[in-house]
Amino acid sequence: MSNLTLEAIELTRLFGGREAVKNVSFHLEKGEVLGFLGPNGAGKSTTMRMLTGNLAPSIGTVKICGIDMIENPKEAKALIGYLPEMRPIYKEFTVDEFLTIAARLHNVPSKQIKKAVDIAKQKCGLSHMSKRLIENLSNGYQQRVAIAQAIIHNPLVVILDEPTVGLDPIQIREIRSLIREIGKIHSVILSTHILPEVEMVCDRVQIIDKGNLVFHGSIDELKQHRQGNKLLVGFSKAPALSTLEELKGVVKVEKAESGFYRIHFQNKQPPSEEIVELSVKNHWGLYQISPDQTSLEDIFVQLTENKQIK
Amino acid sequence: MILNIARKELKSLFASPMGWIILALLMMAFGSYYLTGVNNYFEVMSGAIRPAERVGVTIFVGQTVYGVASFIMLFAVPLLTMRLISEERRSQTLPFLFSAPISLTEIVLGKFLGLIVFLSILVLYIFLMLLTLNIWADIDFGYLIANSLGLWLLVASFSALGIYFSSLTQQPIIAAILSFISLFALTILERFFASDPNHWFAYLSLMKHFQSFSRGLIDSSDLMYFFLFISTFLILTIRRLDADRLRG
Repeated sequence: MSNLTLEAIELTRLFGGREAVKNVSFHLEKGEVLGFLGPNGAGKSTTMRMLTGNLAPSIGTVKICGIDMIENPKEAKALIGYLPEMRPIYKEFTVDEFLTIAARLHNVPSKQIKKAVDIAKQKCGLSHMSKRLIENLSNGYQQRVAIAQAIIHNPLVVILDEPTVGLDPIQIREIRSLIREIGKIHSVILSTHILPEVEMVCDRVQIIDKGNLVFHGSIDELKQHRQGNKLLVGFSKAPALSTLEELKGVVKVEKAESGFYRIHFQNKQPPSEEIVELSVKNHWGLYQISPDQTSLEDIFVQLTENKQIK
Repeated sequence: MILNIARKELKSLFASPMGWIILALLMMAFGSYYLTGVNNYFEVMSGAIRPAERVGVTIFVGQTVYGVASFIMLFAVPLLTMRLISEERRSQTLPFLFSAPISLTEIVLGKFLGLIVFLSILVLYIFLMLLTLNIWADIDFGYLIANSLGLWLLVASFSALGIYFSSLTQQPIIAAILSFISLFALTILERFFASDPNHWFAYLSLMKHFQSFSRGLIDSSDLMYFFLFISTFLILTIRRLDADRLRG
């Protein structure tokens, strides 16, 4: 048996003639955490709804462990845990009652329901909230209940649509470690706006924009984009731009914000030493010199904007 | 699976005092009509001297109670069905059911069954209440059973239609108003055809079919009518939910 837990093949979804998702294909292996990135309205949630059988794709197929979602929805859905964007919780129940219902609906054998509920509560840090009405819980705890609901039947594929929304920093860290833990054994797809989160949690990243996949690769590939060939330099008595441009290996110098200069160089050999020496000699008043890392945000903007120009 | 959904629905009905209050109020209403029915029986029957004017206590009281019950249910059922699907739509909990390994048919049937169990409590209660007449009189069980069955089928039909309207909208109140208006129209339909009771349009009326039960008659064509009525609206509901998945 192959390790593929989820396959999306040429998914396209039309909403009244407008393509919300265009020809998106990807796959997920066992023990992998896939991050799904994209600006608002890019089609992240639509894709996730198609993966979980909440929305029928116009063209294309979804296979969960080889089971076709459209032909055998029941078998396929049994293998999935899904946390939609809007958390699907019945607020009139207590945490225990709600999780019991969730376990029952997901075919957990009746003898194991109590145990499954306990484990899910423990994983999501809800053990001391068992008897509370969900309505009276804080936003963050409601989110935890929603996550517990998605993992209660120990699904092979967990699909989480913006799971860390509304959580405080400590909870976010707990949820992230929970996701990594699930990702060790099962597969997780995670959509988010928070870019550092992707770096911390995911093995692979996928960026979607206007319904198209614009980037698909491992987290290391994404990081390579970050290793810039730029220096950020600050002078109190700055020299002329042309002086800097004449240095060896320098391609371009541009003025950055608040008196800094961004120096683009070649061949991975930063001209830092030279700059420092010259600065001392000519009294430029160098007070900062550091490699200028492209932030993940910038890469994200680049990738999504490049596509727009094409 | 159908049972699990039904259990969830029942649980949510009784999770708040709402379910209990509805049961209590309705039972109080039926109880008071039962009481006046019994009182009236003595007043009217003591005046009826000729044998032709005399009616049995079962029919006399039963007619009052079942007549009133079918009328009250016309208001009560839309209020109970209104939130079944529209509330889930509004609070975005439908994905919870859709992404569980359950078919749409099971979801709809489960919700329907949950409500029917709740309403059956009322039907059973009315039946038991009328049975107490047997303590001092000799009552007609067949009449009561036919009436109970009729009432049960009637509220089941009300529920099926109510669920359908609930699946159309996000606002429970709109669902309630729509289902009340259409149920009201369907129940009084046959009065517009009083001059021609066999007109095919009058045949659509719910009350026309309930009437034979209330005479103590179990007619297979009426059973068929209710069965078709219920299944039509449940199928429409399933199709409506399926459209959600297809159209988004």
